[in-house]
Amino acid sequence: MSLSAALETGDVGLLPSRRDEDWRWTDLRGLLRVLPPRALKASVATWGEGPFAGLVDETLVLAGGAETVSLHVPEGVTQTIALRVISEGDTALHASATIRVSAGSKLVLMESYEGDAGAYVTSVDLNFELEPGARLERVALAMDGADGVLVSKAVALLGGGATFTQTLATSGARRQRLETSVDHPGAGANVHLNGVYLLAGKRHADLTTTVRHMGVDGQTQQLTKGVVRDQARGVFQGRIIVEEGADRTEARMGHHALVLSDKAEVDAKPELLIHADDVQCAHGNTIGALDEEALFYMAQRGLPDGVARTLLVAAFVSEAIEGVQHDGARAVLEAWIAKAMEVAP
Amino acid sequence: MLKINNLHAEVGGKEILKGLSLEVPAGEVHAIMGPNGAGKSTLSYVLTGRSGYEVTEGTASLDGADLLSLDASERATKGLFLSFQYPLEIAGVPALTFIRSALNAQLKARGEDEIKAPEFLKRARAQAAALKIDFDMLKRPLNVGFSGGEKKRMEIFQAAMLSPRFLILDETDSGLDIDALKIVSEGVNAMRAPDRSMLVITHYQRLLDYIKPDRVHVLAAGRIVRSGGPELALELEREGYDKYARAA
Repeated sequence: MSLSAALETGDVGLLPSRRDEDWRWTDLRGLLRVLPPRALKASVATWGEGPFAGLVDETLVLAGGAETVSLHVPEGVTQTIALRVISEGDTALHASATIRVSAGSKLVLMESYEGDAGAYVTSVDLNFELEPGARLERVALAMDGADGVLVSKAVALLGGGATFTQTLATSGARRQRLETSVDHPGAGANVHLNGVYLLAGKRHADLTTTVRHMGVDGQTQQLTKGVVRDQARGVFQGRIIVEEGADRTEARMGHHALVLSDKAEVDAKPELLIHADDVQCAHGNTIGALDEEALFYMAQRGLPDGVARTLLVAAFVSEAIEGVQHDGARAVLEAWIAKAMEVAP
Repeated sequence: MLKINNLHAEVGGKEILKGLSLEVPAGEVHAIMGPNGAGKSTLSYVLTGRSGYEVTEGTASLDGADLLSLDASERATKGLFLSFQYPLEIAGVPALTFIRSALNAQLKARGEDEIKAPEFLKRARAQAAALKIDFDMLKRPLNVGFSGGEKKRMEIFQAAMLSPRFLILDETDSGLDIDALKIVSEGVNAMRAPDRSMLVITHYQRLLDYIKPDRVHVLAAGRIVRSGGPELALELEREGYDKYARAA
């Protein structure tokens, strides 16, 4: 069951539904009675240069008419690449990218999901292969339209000593899922998975991750922060599996959300499945409102309520983007947060 | 400056202040002393506009402006500053960012120009040095991981930066060792001015050795039951609050 399979075959019966345990909060079967026609050719030129313009060596575009790309970063180099996914109108886009980073190389991948006001349905499959010692910093910013549907699934296979650092930032869509699955070989490999969702209106975002530790001496650090208001819904599903024998694994997972209205909702399912003995694993999950005492303290210093709330919310989420190593990309995400705060303090 | 007349206030439906009247003229420092549960902290929260503290009767004004009709940030903008007994930790917001945002919000609300960064930093450095605050600490999130003494120093630092007309010091001596108490008191004394007044709320006379009050009031069971000069504090230290608690 996947959106990708449904788009491939045109069979809505293949869409994941609430009966699928991993999709129960992001039902597509109930949402999509029919699939829109396939996007033929996107008017890429009208979309400008994307949020990461000026920061990259090269830009790859996934859009109607150009649904697959592949990239191979050769040994011993550092590359900075933008990957733009452009969804338009009432169309379906089924796209994929395969990216391989050679031993000792580094790729900074700045991904953007850009959509217009159409009722589009987009499915993206990303395959990352990191050779031993390779480094991938993935920064993704999802700026979908309010009526769009997006499922992006990234699968990362890591070699020993590889580093995979990911930061996802999203303002959601009509329904949206950004999923990441990492096969972690241990062997000194290091995984950082961070995410921020800022949702308003009736938007929905689902950040789902699975990290499978399969060898000794692996590390995973994960932090997701979310803010929902109005009638928005945030979903976090984080699963860390430590296979038998994957000793000396260190894994930490945190998910913290602020719910700023009565009708907004956050569903969270953090899971640690540990089949090895000698591991250090922890997870923390909190969902709450802004601290009223802190708001009074700030008001007592002269900060009007709206300004105080904005400061607290921005401070709350900014922790999850501090791990972005690329200064330019981090600045793009900071500006994105600031803009989201302006619209809805 | 500050005028409180027949103030009654409830918390959670329970009356805590029961007809409190008090005047603090410009330039004076008044101390409020009293036993636990007398309503000292309630008075500070009622004056500063904390939600959950409901005024049922009476008036309170600062420089003639009715405080009770304003929200908490508007009262702060009028120049009312509370040094909290337990200062809050503001995660993720560096102290300097916080104070500059607050100062600019106040200036903006008063129709004045915002303070420019270099001018702000110059003043911050001078005040930090006076209060023996490591300047790097001001780059950290406000009060997060600070010791009790550091938090109290940060309160006085904020007061100095915001230059309020009226300061309420709520148990500022609690949690301070003698050295920190001296530093904090010197900071407070440096702020004494003909156009600024203060209300010092404390259990113990000790703080008043360092911050010398013009008047001392005894607050018991929600009312000012006695007022006098600085010598009243010494008498209370000797004799305790027993007779006031019983009289109430």
